[in-house]
Amino acid sequence: MPVTDRRILLVLALVLAAFPWGVRAVGAVSHYLDVMVFAGIFCIVNLGLSLLMGFAGQISLAQAAFFGIGAYSSGILTVQFAWNPWAAMPMGMVLAGLVAWLVGVPALRLKGHYLAMATLGFGVIVHIVFNEEVRWTGGPSGLVDIPGLSVAGTPLRGEIAWYYLVWGTVLVALVFCLNLLHSRVGRALRAIHQEEKAAEAMGIPTARYKVQVFVLSAALAALGGSFYTHYVAFLNPGSFDLMWSIRFMLMVMVGGMQSLWGAVLGTVLMTFVGNEWLQVFADYEVLVYGSILLGMALFLPDGLVSLKSIPVRGWLRTPRSSTEGTQR
Amino acid sequence: MTAITPQAAEPILELDGLGVQFGGVVALRDITYQVPGGIIQSIIGPNGAGKTTLFNCISGLLAPGTGSIRFRRQRIAGWAPHRIAALGLSRTFQQVALFAHMSVLENVMVGRHPRSRSGFLATGLRLPGMRREERELRERARSILDFVGLGDLAAAAAGTLPLGQQKILEIARALATEPRLLLLDEPAGGLNTRETEQLGELIQRIRGRDTTVILVEHDMNLVMDISDRILVLYFGHPLASGTPSAIKDNPEVIQAYLGDDWAESSAASYTSLDNHPGR
Ligand SMILES: Nc1ncnc2c1ncn2[C@@H]1O[C@H](COP(=O)(O)OP(=O)(O)OP(=O)(O)O)[C@@H](O)[C@H]1O
Ligand SMILES: [Mg+2]
Repeated sequence: MPVTDRRILLVLALVLAAFPWGVRAVGAVSHYLDVMVFAGIFCIVNLGLSLLMGFAGQISLAQAAFFGIGAYSSGILTVQFAWNPWAAMPMGMVLAGLVAWLVGVPALRLKGHYLAMATLGFGVIVHIVFNEEVRWTGGPSGLVDIPGLSVAGTPLRGEIAWYYLVWGTVLVALVFCLNLLHSRVGRALRAIHQEEKAAEAMGIPTARYKVQVFVLSAALAALGGSFYTHYVAFLNPGSFDLMWSIRFMLMVMVGGMQSLWGAVLGTVLMTFVGNEWLQVFADYEVLVYGSILLGMALFLPDGLVSLKSIPVRGWLRTPRSSTEGTQR
Repeated sequence: MTAITPQAAEPILELDGLGVQFGGVVALRDITYQVPGGIIQSIIGPNGAGKTTLFNCISGLLAPGTGSIRFRRQRIAGWAPHRIAALGLSRTFQQVALFAHMSVLENVMVGRHPRSRSGFLATGLRLPGMRREERELRERARSILDFVGLGDLAAAAAGTLPLGQQKILEIARALATEPRLLLLDEPAGGLNTRETEQLGELIQRIRGRDTTVILVEHDMNLVMDISDRILVLYFGHPLASGTPSAIKDNPEVIQAYLGDDWAESSAASYTSLDNHPGR
């Protein structure tokens, strides 16, 4: 991982660690921490989506469905089968990864935007299953009484414990994704995105790599879904529809598709925006999101991270001797 | 038809009845030809003769309509390009196709892809084997950059290099795959005289490393200087084949060069063919 990324990671970890003390001064601690827990959960989803969109150049409209597969796997296994939540979590990830593989292999063997179409259909089907399989999912009335998480025998209580657990997980996932990007695999992904036929000719199995990133993104989405389930302790299909897939995409795009930092920034920002201010628009939410998307595409296509005027940038800039190109 | 086949040692590439059609356009027609291992084989012909199409077939970017391709004795027609690359075939592109936003070094490291193996888990978790491999990749890439003379530019973004260096970087990236056969599609396009001379030397050094080279090129001085054999393609079909001196004196080739069908740029090439010092 280049020096720049290490520094940003360090700054991010310090800011995150200090955040709860900061909001304590403002008051309304539990409210902001609550929003941050959701933001962290969405970050886990969006790190995978950012790899998929920004680095492999593929669009998925089913991230909410994978999020839901993780959520319902955890919910159903713990409620109906009394599994330990920590054991249910990897099951959800494996299931989502398997399903992504089944959807991805036929869709990604073909060149073009077939994944967007395939995932659009797939997402709708998954949402219908959540609604109709009442025996397992509770259907529209939802799945209730989902147990919370315990760490080392102690149940997690209160937003602050959740906050540290979720953001700790985000940082681990972030390190994993950064390592991936600055390695053989990441170079292959960027190569595919920049010049696909040259990547193929240099021996990169492009279709296989796209499928693998898609599977990884699905597994991360499922992990986020599992945390979500145990945090809210209640599931209903409304949280896993197409609109949520679009929200995830928008979060990544606002921050900057071709940067994992952008995904984190955009997710936190849009989670706050969505929670605090967009409520007033109620039915017009779709319109507002559409306008943001259009505005971004026109004026800031590389997202907020592309803004050059941030003063710390000089300090964060890669030293001359670095041999890594700009991330694209 | 007469198959124009050089009688030499072990052929590394064998084309048999190769044909490609784009809708109504016949781009390649019934090409039967063998390239012996260890030589510099040039392919010349006017614009639209099918040279790039032939490269696309051999490297797997295009599935031929008819005929077979054998590379290192394997029938590769219809294989995915990445499989053919792993078998030891690499290429450059007429229209530069670098990874423009990656550094020069990273471009070459991508070329090492088929000779390395770390996957998602190993790289995400930075397992020890992966770190060793990453170091090796970096060292190999650096030595290849030194070999082609781009060592000082390792950190530059590939897209910012002048065209001449981009063309050389394409060769470096292709060399990183450790090819047994290297296809160069107009590597001298856009290079000045001095750069072209250096390119000629580089190609000869590459042949010296036990790599067969197939060169598609309009620069006749370069072609005549370094080729062991030349194949002339004309409207998608072999017109003549032989040593540079035989090709230069071949009446059919001269006729083709002078004929109305020859594109403008090639008429200029004929002049340089005529003025070649070896003549
Ligand atoms: N993808 C394609 N679709 C349709 N026609 C094509 C395609 N690629 C090549 N052709 C046609 O096939 C013929 C051979 O083209 P090709 O690019 O192989 O020629 P070339 O010998 O490389 O020419 P140049 O010297 O200009 O590079 C031309 O008539 C060209 O128009
Ligand atoms: Mg061509």
